[in-house]
Amino acid sequence: MDHSSPTIENVFGIGWLDFNLSNIIMTFVASLIVFIIAVIGSRNLQRKPTGFQNFMEWIVDFVKGMISSTMDWKTGRRFLPLGLTLLMYIFIANILGIMFMVVYDGELWWKSPTADPGVTLTLAVMVVALTHYYGVRLKGTKGYIKEFFSPIPILFPLKIIEEFANTLTLGMRLYGNIYAGEVLLTLLVGFMATGAMETVAGVVPALLWQGFKLFISGIQAFIFVMLTMVYMSHKVSEDH
Amino acid sequence: MLDPRLFILNAEMGFNPGSMIIQFVMFIILLAVITKFAWRPLMNVMQEREEHVANEIDTAEKNRQEAERLMNEAQDELQGTRQNAQKIIEDAKETAKSEQQTMIAEAKDEAQRIKDNARQEIEQEKERAVQALQEQVGTLSVQIASKVIEKELTVDEQQKLINEYLEQVGENK
Repeated sequence: MDHSSPTIENVFGIGWLDFNLSNIIMTFVASLIVFIIAVIGSRNLQRKPTGFQNFMEWIVDFVKGMISSTMDWKTGRRFLPLGLTLLMYIFIANILGIMFMVVYDGELWWKSPTADPGVTLTLAVMVVALTHYYGVRLKGTKGYIKEFFSPIPILFPLKIIEEFANTLTLGMRLYGNIYAGEVLLTLLVGFMATGAMETVAGVVPALLWQGFKLFISGIQAFIFVMLTMVYMSHKVSEDH
Repeated sequence: MLDPRLFILNAEMGFNPGSMIIQFVMFIILLAVITKFAWRPLMNVMQEREEHVANEIDTAEKNRQEAERLMNEAQDELQGTRQNAQKIIEDAKETAKSEQQTMIAEAKDEAQRIKDNARQEIEQEKERAVQALQEQVGTLSVQIASKVIEKELTVDEQQKLINEYLEQVGENK
């Protein structure tokens, strides 16, 4: 696993503008898959649902339940599309790395995009930024600022730290889980590749780990969306 | 043995702002597109179904109440009809009874009247008979007297006369 990322650096001569092509491709693939699933699932919608529509509605109800458990549904309904998209996007992104990984020319091309801290932190920053945006929009600037000084003003520094800590933990949790999973999977596969005996010995652990990683992928997607809604509710609900 | 290279884990991590920006934009686009093409219609359908079900429940409830109302109405009507029928029967009974009494009274009156008539008639007849008797008695007395006066009779003659009368009576018979 000495491969590096396929990176293009200093685009347009700007020092910090680096592109990780693998991330771009994988996020695009994840987006595409999510889009296709969603569009197929919501095609030919009927009042009496059948087949795929049932599944999609189950997901919608699932996210609805998550939102309802953290905040008032009247406030929370606007976050339903966000929650749905995040859930499916992260889950698909997580499991992309389970099936296989493609290393070409010493560079890792196909992997879980969420096994990159940049990707997960981007999502986390976006989520936290959205919570601030909706905090201002739903409670007004005054109410939003007041939130930082309640219940007692002395907590203000902690509240500021909390925002950054939330962002960091939200992104890093997802990244850590998925990356660790991929590392172990890579190790197992690498171990299996060293010889026939090792292949036989490694099949069961590799299968088990893949199953467990699938489980982790679901759990992490769930946790990410759940925490998104929790942070959101901290910012938008009237009392807590 | 494990390849020692396996433990050198993707050492070059680093953030790539360019790809982060692209990923962010891509996610926003995905969110927008997927919301428009999938979530919105899906939520609309679910909403519509929810409303439909709620409507159906409301309608069912309304229908039930309507049915209950109608049933009560029918019950009331039935009760009323029953009472009416009872009243009619009672009225009829009463009418019949009063009629009966009237008829009995009338019959009694009639009987009384007939009886009175009969008694009167009897009285009249009796009077008439008495009158006729008196007349006859008169005539007979006169006849008897004349007969008595007609003859001073001996025993023989008397016997003769008696026989004569007896014969006359026998002839008259």
